[in-house]
Amino acid sequence: MADAFAAARAADPMIPRVARIAERRREIEDVVTLAIEGGAFDFAPGQFNMLTAFGVGEAAISVSGDPADGARLIHTIRAVGAVSRALAELRPGEPIGLRGPFGRGWPLLEAEGHDVVVVAGGLGLAPLRPALYRLLAEREKYGRVVLLFGARSPQDILFRDELEAWRGRLDLEVEATVDHARGGWRGNVGVVTTLIARASFDPARTLAMLCGPEIMMRFVANALHDMGVGEDRIYLSMERNMKCAIGWCGHCQFGPVFVCRDGPVFPYSQLRGLIAKKEI
Amino acid sequence: MIETIAHIVKEHPFFAEMDAGFVALVSGCAKNARFEAGQFLFREGERADWFYLLRNGRAAIEIRDPARGAVTLQTLREGDVCGLSWLVPPYRWTYDARALERVCAIAVDGACLRRKSEADPRLGYEMMKRFMPPLLERLQAARMQMIDVYGAHG
Repeated sequence: MADAFAAARAADPMIPRVARIAERRREIEDVVTLAIEGGAFDFAPGQFNMLTAFGVGEAAISVSGDPADGARLIHTIRAVGAVSRALAELRPGEPIGLRGPFGRGWPLLEAEGHDVVVVAGGLGLAPLRPALYRLLAEREKYGRVVLLFGARSPQDILFRDELEAWRGRLDLEVEATVDHARGGWRGNVGVVTTLIARASFDPARTLAMLCGPEIMMRFVANALHDMGVGEDRIYLSMERNMKCAIGWCGHCQFGPVFVCRDGPVFPYSQLRGLIAKKEI
Repeated sequence: MIETIAHIVKEHPFFAEMDAGFVALVSGCAKNARFEAGQFLFREGERADWFYLLRNGRAAIEIRDPARGAVTLQTLREGDVCGLSWLVPPYRWTYDARALERVCAIAVDGACLRRKSEADPRLGYEMMKRFMPPLLERLQAARMQMIDVYGAHG
């Protein structure tokens, strides 16, 4: 079928294209992963799309799938607000609006030749997963690769099967911890920062990628910096109220930057003075 | 080669680069200990007369809740110190410590070390300097866990 809106979309980046849900998978209690089909997709790990639940609204959601798979676009969504709940309720075959991809992603080129430490907290593993796919697909380009993951409880561990498969690899160090656990859990309990000191990497030649709650990222960034990882080699993915996604509306302004256009991935050296402010 | 307890104490990360005289004093209060998976290193309410420097294996700090069973507050592993309540009166454990797998540890007699620290305040100060970082780290971790950073917005 001809896309009647292709010309209008080319002229106006605010007009979404209509795609279809191909698959819906429940990850954990309030988190689902949607696979979208309907074209050739190209994105850089760390970028996001604006997804529309028609009749409800639009939300910025990071791509969580494999950048090598151009046929399917994967997003992992936590149902917390009206739009994200509506998106999470979409079923295979239903339409979804799509604009993007937007923003600057993870610095995978800069990471080449370095040890790479990936620290994810909660849903923060989703925007980092495309970077992990790329790191593992081009494993020979990097030094040691470490994935440290923190979650609220064992029930809140995202992509559990994949984490377990990665844990079995000899060329990837994976450690997970949870904040709280009951009797049956045999893994680590404690905050994610406790994993950093024990991980195998050389701080002097390490590039770190962090995504999770801001408080967590702040503590992790400071711990890495204390160990000797330069602030310009610690990258954080920020989350703000993104509306236009192209730096027009200013909703996601964060000090002197727009998160949608200049980020969402920033070096800690750029954010250090901003991220600890009470209100900005 | 049989490792002497002094050598084991000296090699443990918790006592890294400690003065040889202090190593000798601590070693005089120390012995090897082993716990099989499921065994308790200590139980809530018991006298806190020993603490453990983990050499291998992992242990869980737990609290018993009649409604929820054992709730794990923290896991410890090789290089960690297990047990801080021996430092301050009333020298009583607040939580359980249970081996998650076989744990090999250096068990240090806290009462013995307290006596030696009273006699030699330099040793006492050295112990405080070594116990303060994990104390602070655990306080900060507890605060982070308390605010639930991975809640609905995480």
